[in-house]
Amino acid sequence: MSGGAVLVLGARSDIGLAIAHAFAAEGHAIQLAARNPGTLEPARTDLALRHGVEVTLHRFDALDPAGHETFLDSLPALPEIAVCTVGFMGDQAESETDMAAARLVMRSNFEGPAGILGLIANRFEARGSGTIVGISSVAGDRGRATNYVYGSAKAGFSAWLSGLRNRLAGTGIHVLTVKPGFVATAMTEGMDLPARLTAEPDAVGRAVLRAVRARRNVIYVKPVWWLVMAVIRAIPEAIFKKMRI
Amino acid sequence: MRLAGWGRYPVADCALSAPRDTAALAGLVAHGAPLIARGSGRAYGDSAMNRTHTVSMRHFDRMLGFDDDAGVLKAEAGVILGDVISALLPRGWFPAVTPGTKFVTLGGMAAANVHGKNHHLDGGISNFIDWVEVMGADGAITRASRRESSELFDWTMGGMGLTGVIVRLAMRLRRVETGWIRQQSLAAPDLDAAMAAFDAGRDAPYSVAWIDCLSTGARLGRSVVMLGEHAPLDRLPMRFRRIPFGPPPQRRRTVPFNAPGFALNRWTVSAFNALYYRLGTRRTGTAYVPWDSYFYPLDGVLGWNRIYGRRGFVQFQCVLPEAAAREGLRALLQTIAAAGQGSFLAVLKKMGADRGRFSFPMPGYTLALDFPVSDKVLKLMDELDRITLDHEGRFYLAKDARLSAETLHAADPRAGDFASMRRQTGAAAAFASLQSERLGL
Repeated sequence: MSGGAVLVLGARSDIGLAIAHAFAAEGHAIQLAARNPGTLEPARTDLALRHGVEVTLHRFDALDPAGHETFLDSLPALPEIAVCTVGFMGDQAESETDMAAARLVMRSNFEGPAGILGLIANRFEARGSGTIVGISSVAGDRGRATNYVYGSAKAGFSAWLSGLRNRLAGTGIHVLTVKPGFVATAMTEGMDLPARLTAEPDAVGRAVLRAVRARRNVIYVKPVWWLVMAVIRAIPEAIFKKMRI
Repeated sequence: MRLAGWGRYPVADCALSAPRDTAALAGLVAHGAPLIARGSGRAYGDSAMNRTHTVSMRHFDRMLGFDDDAGVLKAEAGVILGDVISALLPRGWFPAVTPGTKFVTLGGMAAANVHGKNHHLDGGISNFIDWVEVMGADGAITRASRRESSELFDWTMGGMGLTGVIVRLAMRLRRVETGWIRQQSLAAPDLDAAMAAFDAGRDAPYSVAWIDCLSTGARLGRSVVMLGEHAPLDRLPMRFRRIPFGPPPQRRRTVPFNAPGFALNRWTVSAFNALYYRLGTRRTGTAYVPWDSYFYPLDGVLGWNRIYGRRGFVQFQCVLPEAAAREGLRALLQTIAAAGQGSFLAVLKKMGADRGRFSFPMPGYTLALDFPVSDKVLKLMDELDRITLDHEGRFYLAKDARLSAETLHAADPRAGDFASMRRQTGAAAAFASLQSERLGL
């Protein structure tokens, strides 16, 4: 067995579990963290059986910053790699009228993930090694009418990861930003997604594994998304504001 | 969406959903319109297709526990057999029964009561399934085994998903010291020699024959008979002992496009067959073969089903009872050779007894071949059905895409029992496939 432990924050998500499988298959011990870790018991058994690695479950609430230090202290070991897949899309229309709903989306996608990864980054820095993986979103590349509350929180998270990467450059700690694009998960079930732009969670898992090993900085899981977003970003605001995409 | 089985025939527009848990699955069952569960889609025909309601079991893909002493795996129905091998062979366990591909789901294996090269000694997979949990028409899950709800258990093994949706099961594996198979090949110049080789090799744990279905006359039924057993560690050649569980699964090649229709014809196939037989005679003797290429030679070529071209292919598989086997096989082979419709994959195997109220196997010989779909081939298949019927044989539903209800019910009186059981239990109103509708099940 090779490789240190991988901590997955928000492990109940399809993407979180897929990333856990990808690293477990390479012999990494896995720490799964979620609000209700008991529900991850079958996933733990499955991961351990398939890959013969140690898998532990941990209670973690991204929206409870007061508990973050205690949570980190409770881990069997400071992980080698920390992956944050915490996120919540919410409902755009609701977020426009209900401040509490909007705030939940902003906190779940920005405040929570940045808060816990910031603490982990400090511990990695003290140790002198580690990799931080933040699952952000293409929705953060430009605000659109259909999901700008979610998108703006992801934009904040992307900028935060970029700054963290800048701060830690040269310290041996690596920061990877992942923009998955459309992924066929529970979150997107029932949406009519274009097949060529949609990745399976397994593909996200493998892409993250590859990117961590190659010490990439920012990845789009399907390369075509880089092009799509480059085009979307290049549209002048005067035109963009009238578009419905 | 457009769905088909492994043979890519027939193709139909099917509404496909993929529930994430048993509650969501129960919601679909309760919805009223009949549905059918679908695993990997490796049944050849329309067994796992329903136009209005096909339910993918891909989210039921977790292994739930493994008892290292008894070798019993508990798993959800959508777990892939190949993943079981990857996880458990390094610990010294191998599936007790395996079909010719490792890409099947465990639920699909139980539903078809699949058989393997050890059927003559061990029977089908049902002999190694301790229990299944089946969601019935009312959405409730029943655990069925030989002791509790044994009727349901027996109908479910080989019941093609028509007794309910298999959601979980417990499967016993076999202890092995290595992942290598000690294989013995014998060239049999004709059908009698092939059958004699099966009889002589009756104690071999595994036996199967590749059969040349285009040769006629004195060469009718010429075969390469392959016997095998799991190699114990101390018998393994020294060079393999440092990798006792064999090399990792073979590198996959992919068939990237549909072969043109003319790629397979009487001449290319008979050239291939002659070559294969010649190699067989030359390689007669003993060899050590890794598990992956022994059990799953075609899995190495992903999408090999595309080699048959755009129209897809159909498989014919029947079993003939021991007493009628020689005459029946002769008639089948003569008809196939005369039609000149060769098949790359023609397999002959001696079977033993089996359990299950509606399972395919019986003591005798099974013959399996596939053909590219054409009007001529479909006519040939009808003729093969008739010969099978005349010799009191029966048909393997996991391979079937075109059998008629009349033929099935004439060949197998159990089909009528199965259909009336389904009406009585309410399963008929809740579970149906294109195949069950076609066959009047």
